[in-house]
Amino acid sequence: MAKQPKSTMSRALVRRETTSGYLFLLPSLIFFLGFVIIPMITCIINSMTDANMGTQGLGNFVGLYNFQKLWGDKTFREALWNTFLIVIVSVPTVCAFSLWVSSAIYKLNGKLLSAFRCIFYLPVVTGSVAVTVVWKWMYDNYTGVFNYLLKSSGLIEKNINWLGDSRFAIWCIILILFTTSVGQPIVLYVSALGNVDQSLVEAAEVDGATKFQVFWRIKWPQIMPTTLYILVITTINSFQCFALIQLLTKGGSGTNTVMYYIYYTAFKLTEQAGHFGYANAMGVVLAIFIGLLSALQFKLAKEK
Amino acid sequence: MKKMKKFLALGLSVTMALSLVACGGTAQNGGDPAATDTPADGAQTSISLWTYPIGGWGDEKAVKELTDAFEADTGIKVNVEYLAYADGDDKVNAAITAGSAPDLIMEGPERLVANWGAKGYMVDLSAMLDDEDKSEINGAALAACTTADGKVFEYPLVMTAHCMAINKNAFEEAGALQYLDLENHTWTTENFIKAVDALYAKYGETVAAVFCAGQGGDQGTRALINNMYGGTFTNADHSAYTWDDPANIKALEQLKSMNGVAFDASLQGGDEITKFYQGILKMAFCWNIAQQLDPNAAGTGAEKTITGDDIVFMSFPSETGESKLCGGIWGFGVFDNGDTAKVDASKQFIKYMCDSAKTADAVKTAKYFAVRNTTEGVDLSGIWADEPIMAEYNKLMPYLGDYYQVTSGWAQARTSWWNMLQDIGEGADVAETVSTYMAEANAAAAAG
Amino acid sequence: MKSTSNRSKAYKVVSMILLFVLAFLFLFPLYWIITGAFKTGQDIYATTPAWFPSEWSMVNFAKLFDRRSEPLFQLGSLAGPIVPGAIRWLVNTVFMAVMAMILTCITAAMAGYALAKKRFIGRALLFSLIVCAMALPKQVILIPLLKEMSALRLYDTLWAVIFPTVGWPFGVFLMKQFSEGIPGEILEAARVDGASEWRTFSTIVLPMVKPGIGALAIFTFINSWNDYFMQLVMLASNSRYTISLGIATMQAETSIDTGLLMAGATLAAVPIIIVFLIFQKYFTQGITMGAVKG
Repeated sequence: MAKQPKSTMSRALVRRETTSGYLFLLPSLIFFLGFVIIPMITCIINSMTDANMGTQGLGNFVGLYNFQKLWGDKTFREALWNTFLIVIVSVPTVCAFSLWVSSAIYKLNGKLLSAFRCIFYLPVVTGSVAVTVVWKWMYDNYTGVFNYLLKSSGLIEKNINWLGDSRFAIWCIILILFTTSVGQPIVLYVSALGNVDQSLVEAAEVDGATKFQVFWRIKWPQIMPTTLYILVITTINSFQCFALIQLLTKGGSGTNTVMYYIYYTAFKLTEQAGHFGYANAMGVVLAIFIGLLSALQFKLAKEK
Repeated sequence: MKKMKKFLALGLSVTMALSLVACGGTAQNGGDPAATDTPADGAQTSISLWTYPIGGWGDEKAVKELTDAFEADTGIKVNVEYLAYADGDDKVNAAITAGSAPDLIMEGPERLVANWGAKGYMVDLSAMLDDEDKSEINGAALAACTTADGKVFEYPLVMTAHCMAINKNAFEEAGALQYLDLENHTWTTENFIKAVDALYAKYGETVAAVFCAGQGGDQGTRALINNMYGGTFTNADHSAYTWDDPANIKALEQLKSMNGVAFDASLQGGDEITKFYQGILKMAFCWNIAQQLDPNAAGTGAEKTITGDDIVFMSFPSETGESKLCGGIWGFGVFDNGDTAKVDASKQFIKYMCDSAKTADAVKTAKYFAVRNTTEGVDLSGIWADEPIMAEYNKLMPYLGDYYQVTSGWAQARTSWWNMLQDIGEGADVAETVSTYMAEANAAAAAG
Repeated sequence: MKSTSNRSKAYKVVSMILLFVLAFLFLFPLYWIITGAFKTGQDIYATTPAWFPSEWSMVNFAKLFDRRSEPLFQLGSLAGPIVPGAIRWLVNTVFMAVMAMILTCITAAMAGYALAKKRFIGRALLFSLIVCAMALPKQVILIPLLKEMSALRLYDTLWAVIFPTVGWPFGVFLMKQFSEGIPGEILEAARVDGASEWRTFSTIVLPMVKPGIGALAIFTFINSWNDYFMQLVMLASNSRYTISLGIATMQAETSIDTGLLMAGATLAAVPIIIVFLIFQKYFTQGITMGAVKG
């Protein structure tokens, strides 16, 4: 692919394309390099130092010491596992749920359809902090609506301490994340399903294909690009759970994530020697983890 | 498409207008730590003060009266930002990292002296204290504000003792009033256990919570556990944590075994207070005079819960009834931002609030007790004479214990403490858990 | 045949019932926020939940607006009228989200076009960088970013929140996918006609990717509105707070006032929901456009 245009394009053209290409990229590159790439490079460099809050300049080079320390840090391993768990649970459930909702609503009449779409989209526009504070109230151990309903309907005897019990807390957080994630996928799937080539579906039905076969053989391949796009945005979304953790559990009750632990190490554990270097090392590990995940997703996307 | 165009055009023009407006707002603001300051002569000096919610010092209107009076007298403008305990430290630390720490900060020695002071971010205020001041200020309070090598990083203003509170009506209904010494506000551990049992028998629900969702209000859980059987939190010279004291282990095991007490990892101190005001919890371990005077969120009045029950403050239970209460010593510290004019202005502010004829107002705003009886010839001992709740609360002040919060590794210790309580609440072996987390805190203490 | 159609009918009924239940559950938090904001202390703190306010009270809003006061805006030394702090937070939030949206749309449209249609050196490398950085949470670069903002003297300004949002490469990725749909022949024809690069972009490319810009605008606006983390770290003064940060601060207080929190949450949620409902059609259109091409 790269070779072919080169042989047909003159050297001057390549140069012209490069200059104009970069001119168009320039405004975007300033922001991308300035506020993503350069900080990322600084982060990598810093991860190998013993810098802390008061350090002027870089701090002392300590090699891979911080990474070694991370390896032995029980809290970090737990946080990494939770981060992984959140992504691995929420991405497929969001996709499956929104596909189901969409296939149930996409043939409804206009008013009802848009009403449903709106309702499922509302938690997204309500705003993460507003959503979090109301869920905190609903989950409340003593006066929350969940415990009240479960108790008065006789399903439980004792109040469940939703956010204070490590058996439930992480799932409670995943549930909130779920409600704020499905809005967009539903909108996307509804339109993708509406765009499926109806003549192919009819032809298959004439041939006696079952509903399931029609879905799997005809609709699914056609909505594949949408699915991939949804995978990408849901993954991105799952990493944005900082507000939930910070406002609900402060990383306690087994809900720590790397995202929160970085913040915590940087600004709470300021007495720990080299805490900035340590926090940056966590960032590097998380970035590698995410980079691999993204690469995998795009490889999948290319194969399809 | 046409509609879309109109919509876009409208959006764009609105934004343009807004951006014009808000651009200016973001770029410049008097007293902003990040903005370029112009130290031109004759220009008004302004300093920034960040305050934690220390009684009324967390209330904008009350503080504004004080800063307005200060500005009228000195011409120095004070820009105040209000921090919360739950995330205030993070904010200050982020500001220090960004090189934009405030000029003045109001808090206690655990942060001003043991943390930021020890790290070299603060200005030494020892020159502000002459011999007369030193003789006037409560010795223990001043000692807590002073480092081992004699530097003073906090000029103390007020102090109080942290205590607990009980719902008197609930105790009455459960027949548990007999276990309290309401005259002296004290009780023994034995009676505390009996009272919890009586309350649990009556209500069948959690009546008290060892809250551990975070570090907020943790002085309450510390004081409870240490006092029950006479344990300590740190050693006497504040160099190591002593949580594995058998008395502490015994207390934790006792609390764990009580039906009416829950280790609740969904509550922090603030949530616990809310639940107590609601009448759900029958005691609160996170309490002091500020809460006692607070008419609560529903406005039912001081010393009342939202349900209208009476609140009585109590000392923490101990074997003899004589407990060692955790103290709070609050005052001002000055961040060293390299601007002598601002440091001087800040010192002027401190002098005005802590050591002048105006001190009475500053103390009254805080709703705590002054750390000194006289200042510049003004008698402060009588300022609460017409406030019966304060006078009553004074009974607890003799129980003030060691101010151990200045032990190094404090931030790690607090983190370890609530994590430890969570683990114990989930059923982990008490002695083992305590020693694991104590080792974590001690490692930080040794490194600091 | 009949049994299958019966079964499918039953399935339809069941799924509709389920949908209505789910819709109710999705609406409930919002209902709880708004009614909570108007409940009296007695209702809020009742041990059995009050499903409906026993009396509609404005006391929570009164408290919210009584807390802090700030000028509505500040333009150099010119300050707007003094308003409740919460209103200023709202102004800040709108400014932040709209600025982030505009800057992102402009830069991403240009960059996306270049990435899709120009064959320049370093293109493949840049694209992989963009893909890898897309899912990166900002916590990773927290410390370097904070120090950088401080060096640029942007700490405690809204720009410290806006710029990283603009730098986030998702927009470029989205616009690249869009621009790929532009037929090469049209661009070639324009070049033959002697149109300048900029002219080609503004008269041919821009109109063709407009739906994509709409999608991106919505996406960025909502993301920026919700980007609590950067606001938390970068903003220190109350006059720079956003509404999310303001609510979060109230949540951190010593004695938590749930009614007040709900009033704040209502103030944060209702304006954007109204905007959403009015422009709902464009929202769904925009979002969909993003995916069909992407």
